[in-house]
Amino acid sequence: MLRARAALLARIRAFFASRDILEVETPLLCGAGITDPSIEPLVVERGSSLKRPRYLQTSPEYAMKRLLACHGLPIFQLARAFRDGEAGARHNPEFTLLEWYRPGFDHHALMAEVAELVRCCIGERPLHSYTYRQLFLDILGMDPFTATVDELQAVARTHVDTGTISGDRDLWLDLLMSHLIEPQLAERGMCFVYDYPASQAALARIENIDGVAVGHRFELYVDGMELANGYFELLDAAEQRERFEQDNLRRRELGLPERPLDGRLLAALEHGLPECSGVALGVDRLLMLSTGVADIREVLAFDWARA
Amino acid sequence: MANYSTNDFRSGLKVILDGEPCSILENEFVKPGKGQAFNRVRLRNLKTGRVWERTFRSGETLEGADVVDRTMEYLYTDGEFWYFMEPDTFEQHQADEKAVADALNWLKEQDPCEVTLYNGVPLSVAPPNFVELEVVETDPGLKGDTAQGGTKPAKLSTGAVVKVPLFINQGEIIRVDTRSGEYQNRVSK
Repeated sequence: MLRARAALLARIRAFFASRDILEVETPLLCGAGITDPSIEPLVVERGSSLKRPRYLQTSPEYAMKRLLACHGLPIFQLARAFRDGEAGARHNPEFTLLEWYRPGFDHHALMAEVAELVRCCIGERPLHSYTYRQLFLDILGMDPFTATVDELQAVARTHVDTGTISGDRDLWLDLLMSHLIEPQLAERGMCFVYDYPASQAALARIENIDGVAVGHRFELYVDGMELANGYFELLDAAEQRERFEQDNLRRRELGLPERPLDGRLLAALEHGLPECSGVALGVDRLLMLSTGVADIREVLAFDWARA
Repeated sequence: MANYSTNDFRSGLKVILDGEPCSILENEFVKPGKGQAFNRVRLRNLKTGRVWERTFRSGETLEGADVVDRTMEYLYTDGEFWYFMEPDTFEQHQADEKAVADALNWLKEQDPCEVTLYNGVPLSVAPPNFVELEVVETDPGLKGDTAQGGTKPAKLSTGAVVKVPLFINQGEIIRVDTRSGEYQNRVSK
């Protein structure tokens, strides 16, 4: 397994070298944390170098966007990322992310490149592409953009014992996606899902398509496992600030600590980011796929419990 | 009892769900990179034995259930209750028919049984994996018959009926696997 990991990392670097994409490194310990209400960073609080607590990055996204605003070059990074409370057969709180940015690409162009990289690492797989909406229509017979929360909840409750769970529209969409749709993708090889509800756009730009607001975000599932998440990146600093503030509002409602906004990222957006798309891909999961193992602990030298 | 969050759910943990004691069998963490986290949990209801899967929001908590397994000696039955004794303290517990359930077929006095106590009361009883019981009723054995050949039903001292080889006679002791209900061998007296 150690050799398989080393070979995979070498292959990834060769893939980017052949395309003239620059490898970069950015700090793991960051001054600002992520505002996303469903991602919790680990916080480092003590040390004589610390004026205030710093956050272990949950992804290198903000720092890489600052580099993009400076240089406008295509860049990639193989980075450790940390997410508190995420542990299981497909999650380790510390994991390896491959993140890259392509100036001049929209999300469709980037999806094509992601597929090439994945093929180069794990071999041929059939390739499918669906909009989020089409997938819900095909598998569940409902439109995720127009169905009411009650309708989403009713479908979930017919198939899954959800006990006392209650929540908003996105909670039910996430539950349907992870419990009923993902398993259906297991036999379909590589599946790109794109054009998410605007409420799940995160850092992607939002556009009106056929009368509904969709986020230009995509996810890649391989053999039913979520492998990568990408955006046709939002460039508007004011809108980004607004979304961060909305996140913090939501965090307050959920009783979670608010996060300081990343002023440096917002300044970089104000300065101007080139039109670009970016994607983050789980390297440990890629290794699981290339070696055919089902538990992430088997591809790590030392998993969280033994770190 | 303490409360346990979905992060603490491990196989074997006993919790109270919808007022019933349950044992956790599996706990799968499910989270899309940009979405909300859930735990898909397989549980066994310790009262009914029913196994099913329920989804929780990650971070939800359940109250722990005061459930312990003890090895106890089976003493006797008065027809309504079955009595078990803790070997160290000689403390006796009475189990009702619901708790004894299928173990009824295999209970022999003085045998060690696994008794599951919920709030100090027997919830279920598991007999030893192998028990030795007397055949009280079966067709006469065939002379000269060896290990090969067919089987016939035999009624045991507990009332259970098992299939035994043709050479087994009434009054003999046989060894039975209580998990499958299958005859193992004849026990020499």
